[in-house]
Amino acid sequence: MSTPTLPDRSGHFGEFGGKFVIETLMPALGELEKLYNEARNDPEFQKQLKFYLEHYVGRPSPLYFAQNLTRQLGGAKIYLKREDLNHTGAHKINNTIGSALLTQRMGKKRVIAETGAGQHGVATATAAALFDLECDVFMGEEDIRRQSLNVFRMKLLGARVIPVSSGTRTLKDATSEAIRNWITTVEDTHYIIGSVVGPHPFPMIVRDFQRIIGDETRKQIQEAEGRLPDALVACVGGGSNSMGLFYPFVEDREVKMIGVEAAGHGIETGKHGASLGHGAVGILHGMKSYLLFDADGQITEAHSISAGLDYPGVGAEHSHFKDSKRAEYASITDKEALEGFKLLSRSEGIIPALESSHAIAHVAKVAPKMKKSEIIVICLSGRGDKDVNQVADFLEEEL
Amino acid sequence: MSRIQKRFDWLKSKSEKALVAFITAGDPDLATTQELFSAIEEGGADIIELGVPFSDPLADGPVIQAASQRSLKSGTTLKKIIQLVHDIRQSSQLPIVLMTSFNPVFVYGQEAFVKDSVEAGVDGVIIPDLPPEEAEDFDALAQAQALDVVYLLAPTSTPDRIEMVGAKSRGFIYYVSLTGVTGARDALGKGVEEKVTRIKQATSLPVLIGFGISGPEQAKAASGFSDGVIVGSAIVRMIEETPEPAERKEKLKVFVRGMKQSLQDCK
Repeated sequence: MSTPTLPDRSGHFGEFGGKFVIETLMPALGELEKLYNEARNDPEFQKQLKFYLEHYVGRPSPLYFAQNLTRQLGGAKIYLKREDLNHTGAHKINNTIGSALLTQRMGKKRVIAETGAGQHGVATATAAALFDLECDVFMGEEDIRRQSLNVFRMKLLGARVIPVSSGTRTLKDATSEAIRNWITTVEDTHYIIGSVVGPHPFPMIVRDFQRIIGDETRKQIQEAEGRLPDALVACVGGGSNSMGLFYPFVEDREVKMIGVEAAGHGIETGKHGASLGHGAVGILHGMKSYLLFDADGQITEAHSISAGLDYPGVGAEHSHFKDSKRAEYASITDKEALEGFKLLSRSEGIIPALESSHAIAHVAKVAPKMKKSEIIVICLSGRGDKDVNQVADFLEEEL
Repeated sequence: MSRIQKRFDWLKSKSEKALVAFITAGDPDLATTQELFSAIEEGGADIIELGVPFSDPLADGPVIQAASQRSLKSGTTLKKIIQLVHDIRQSSQLPIVLMTSFNPVFVYGQEAFVKDSVEAGVDGVIIPDLPPEEAEDFDALAQAQALDVVYLLAPTSTPDRIEMVGAKSRGFIYYVSLTGVTGARDALGKGVEEKVTRIKQATSLPVLIGFGISGPEQAKAASGFSDGVIVGSAIVRMIEETPEPAERKEKLKVFVRGMKQSLQDCK
């Protein structure tokens, strides 16, 4: 199956992407790209990766026909790609297993990661425990408060969680601090970035490790329906689960790709995380992409009920998809996401992550307007156990 | 001839090495920056580097991050900093270099930024997160207006990157003396002399050493094999710790003078 040959040799997706980093990191990025290209073409590496994905992560994840949800919404047939059933409960581990194997190949003994909701931190800590790597996870103080369960999980797995108190104390600042730490430790440490963001080659590597979501979906929907779906829907923070689902379908122009960003308190309030829908092009965390910033170029705070979507930027390839009109991007408010959270819990007995609830909520809007013969695949990127306390707080009156 | 080049020629004739003093513009406000500029000039610095505050400065340690926050809090913008340079130029011919993250420049508009900066009297820019590979557009615009773009080299730089940066940089080369972010350290990093010596074989540009330089002893040591030093966090911390304006100016002037003395009588 053919897919476009982006990024180009200099690491750009159209005008986006690139390597906007200090000289100190430039040689390491070059080395990483070279090593990754060797690994990618090495059957032994692919065999190892496949082994761990099958026997440790539990892949392939099911593509589940959500019969009750479909009936309730009364329109298109809805399938769920069950990334919530992976070991550690989200899609993040697809990337951390691959990246930990790369770390071993480099001969490095330590990994660092940033985390928002804590899912990527847990997935990195898990891979680090499995492959006996030292692991430091940077996490904003605000997120540590919101996601205490995941903080404890990381510690149980042997990782150190380093609180980040600068700036907005969320994912943006955790990412900045992880990059600063990497500038200092680059000679013996690999940075396992959690999404399709950052300088080249990270967006390409993370995309390639996550594309298994879409590759499996393609095969599974062919088996179930004998054809490709009409639409793919996934939430977008940095954009790794959506990129993983979308990428293998890029050439299939008849398959619509819809990314769902966080509208937070509402786009009109300015308190949201919709970089693609309502941001502008700028440079942050080593890449050129759509971002949220003020008139003077200062990065502004993103807002979302879900820590994983609380990021004022987005992967460069999504920016390219937006400008080339290959994908479209919608947004869902905190309130609507909570409705999506309840909807899937009650209709299918599946408690989704608040991030994935944005995709559910969007489908609840569009599916009823579609024909019953049409097919939607939602990436259910993670399970909602981690969010139960927070949702209980929000819904107190109703419980 | 540019002010920067003139200064290096003059330093050479006097067997001195360069002292570049960094302050974050607008820390704690722009009026103070103008005052401190005079103190630094009187202290004998050769070039002043004005830091443009950014919300997410990835190459900066805690001291300069905090200065950025103080500056942003007082309403500093890139536009106001360029205006400040314009005001300073009415009474000073000291070379001025802006150090900034790329996003404020990109959002300002690269062409407008180069034009406005040059008109105001800015001599060079250092943009740590804009390596030569990403700087094609900016470089062409800057070259057309004779604005020096200073690129960085680091302990991790490979021989081919030393060649490339040596060929692209203008004004001088900024050698990042350690694998890390900005912040005062007690001693020069290991291997600095060897690396700087290699860089000097690859380029005729002056090579200055920055990141971690905090006092006259390090400056003296660096003067033996480089063309000077850049001191930032040590100055910024002094500003932070000295709230009283007259005392702050005096302390800064004395510190700069001490640093500069360690860079004189260099053969």
